[in-house]
Amino acid sequence: MYEKILVAADGSEHSKRAVQEAVKMAKTNPEAKVTLLYVVDYGKARNEILHTQSPDELHLERRKHLQPLEDIFHSTGVQFETKTLHGTPGPTIVKHANETGYDVVFIGSRGLNALQEMVLGSVSHKVAKRVEAPVIIVK
Amino acid sequence: MSYKEQWFGNIRADILSGIVVALALIPEAIAFSIIAGVDPMVGLYASFSIAVIIAFVGGRPAMISAATGAMALAMVTLVRDHGLDYLLAATILTGVLQVIFGFLKIARFMKFIPRAVMIGFVNSLAILIFMAQVPFIFGINMTTYIFVGVTLAIVYILPRFFTAIPAPLIAILVLSGIVMYTGIDMQNVGSLGTITQSLPTFFIPNVPFNLETLQIIFPTALALSIIGLLESLLTASILDDATETDSDKNQEARGQGIANFITGFFGGMAGCAMIGQSGINVQSGGRGRLSTFTAGVVLIFLIIVLGNWVVQIPMPVLAGIMVMVCIGTFDWGSFKYMVTAPKSDAIVMLLTVVVVVYTHDLSKGVLAGVLLSAILFAAKISKVEVRNKGLNADASNVYTVHGQLFFASSQDFVSAFDAIEPAERIIIDFSDAAIWDDSGVGAIDRVMGRLQSKAESIEITGLNPSSEKLVKTLATYTNSEENASQH
Repeated sequence: MYEKILVAADGSEHSKRAVQEAVKMAKTNPEAKVTLLYVVDYGKARNEILHTQSPDELHLERRKHLQPLEDIFHSTGVQFETKTLHGTPGPTIVKHANETGYDVVFIGSRGLNALQEMVLGSVSHKVAKRVEAPVIIVK
Repeated sequence: MSYKEQWFGNIRADILSGIVVALALIPEAIAFSIIAGVDPMVGLYASFSIAVIIAFVGGRPAMISAATGAMALAMVTLVRDHGLDYLLAATILTGVLQVIFGFLKIARFMKFIPRAVMIGFVNSLAILIFMAQVPFIFGINMTTYIFVGVTLAIVYILPRFFTAIPAPLIAILVLSGIVMYTGIDMQNVGSLGTITQSLPTFFIPNVPFNLETLQIIFPTALALSIIGLLESLLTASILDDATETDSDKNQEARGQGIANFITGFFGGMAGCAMIGQSGINVQSGGRGRLSTFTAGVVLIFLIIVLGNWVVQIPMPVLAGIMVMVCIGTFDWGSFKYMVTAPKSDAIVMLLTVVVVVYTHDLSKGVLAGVLLSAILFAAKISKVEVRNKGLNADASNVYTVHGQLFFASSQDFVSAFDAIEPAERIIIDFSDAAIWDDSGVGAIDRVMGRLQSKAESIEITGLNPSSEKLVKTLATYTNSEENASQH
């Protein structure tokens, strides 16, 4: 049975569906606990700072990404914790997943920025390749 | 985190990231020297000296400070009209001003600079750096276009497959090699200046020490100190966020000053923090002061060892790398911002860009942007509205006031009562309003005076305690009101 479940999310529609799938799996095991991982992208830190007047506004903007995802957990009663890390999304997710050791990892197939995917390749693909646990890519 | 931990808490990663940054810094330091109109050594010495000094005295560990485009652009006129020695004197004065600003705790004023102005700042910086590259790219020959194109292809495509060595460096190595091997006739760094393979030495700029000199260098030094602090404190905020650590912004301001002050005596131009390079440092694992220190030391070491090769860098390659820097500097979210942000913010952003591009001075654009947004802000909050709620059962006519009542809105407030209908009792409800100053109180007083003829009794309700205190102590009408309510 899957007990330690990681779902990496960025607030996009795809990541929302990833959370929903993670919840589905968690429901099958009362012992299951889901970690909701949100990575604040280094590459976007500059633009986020430029477009917010204060660190508090930035904090609120990021909460807005996470809130709908947390609501999914609250409404289903699945045990979860939210974790925010800073770094480049792909490697940061991989590092956290491998260091902590999860039974399964969920990730949405496409994040917020299409341009980055074109230039740098897909984050979910990298994660699937490098995470040691089974990875479920949700589209 | 203790000062010692800030130095030695992350030794291995700091040294590696410092080396990466040094490699990425060299082409930029040379290009910014060319923009400023000085020898490449002026920018290279500055980058060495500022990085090493700021590593000790800065307030934001892992931030990279060196010669920058924003600063180079602000010194063009001074260099052209008066020469290098005046630039060095201005650099020293910039340092003095920044130290003073640091002690005056300038950092707290940063929050008053609207984001629209900061977006305008980075956008106009990108535009100006691009404009400075135009003479090296356009209208020369086909080979130049090809070299610029290949440079851009390398810096954008190569990192997809290989990130251990900065792509700009690979572009430089490959394309310089091709030029040297084939003997293509092309402008290179050597045709615009010389590289001295030695450490910088201490000397006092050769300028007369009089008021005239001060008059020449002061405007530039003031512009430099403002631009430098603005970019440095913005970069510090970005690093704070990216590394989830705090920094001492006032110490950083003083540190920038100390670094520029000393750099001026060693033949370097004024500099500041670099957003792009600091990002490279953090993404390469740099977290401590050692990374900044390493970047400076490795940079000067490379110049001393490889100086003869550095002059061979073809200008189209350097220009191509600068185009990449522009693309990275420009805030591409601005186009969406123009549509989604409030109109006033979009106008402030545009004004900042237009003023900078027109004057070639970032500080003037920032000043214009801050002034306009202050005026627009005052205009926005000075809208006060009076609504008539109609007659109550007891024949009293109720008016509600919405907004901020102060010197800029008091006139509108008074004239809103010009055409009101006479009634037995008039109630003015301030629940949704605040009174800020004597003008607001005076306006209430004037309205009361005018309404005397239109109503038998006038009542004011809903004042918050502080407003009520203000009105009680200052308004003359209160006496008559109290008298009226006593009968």
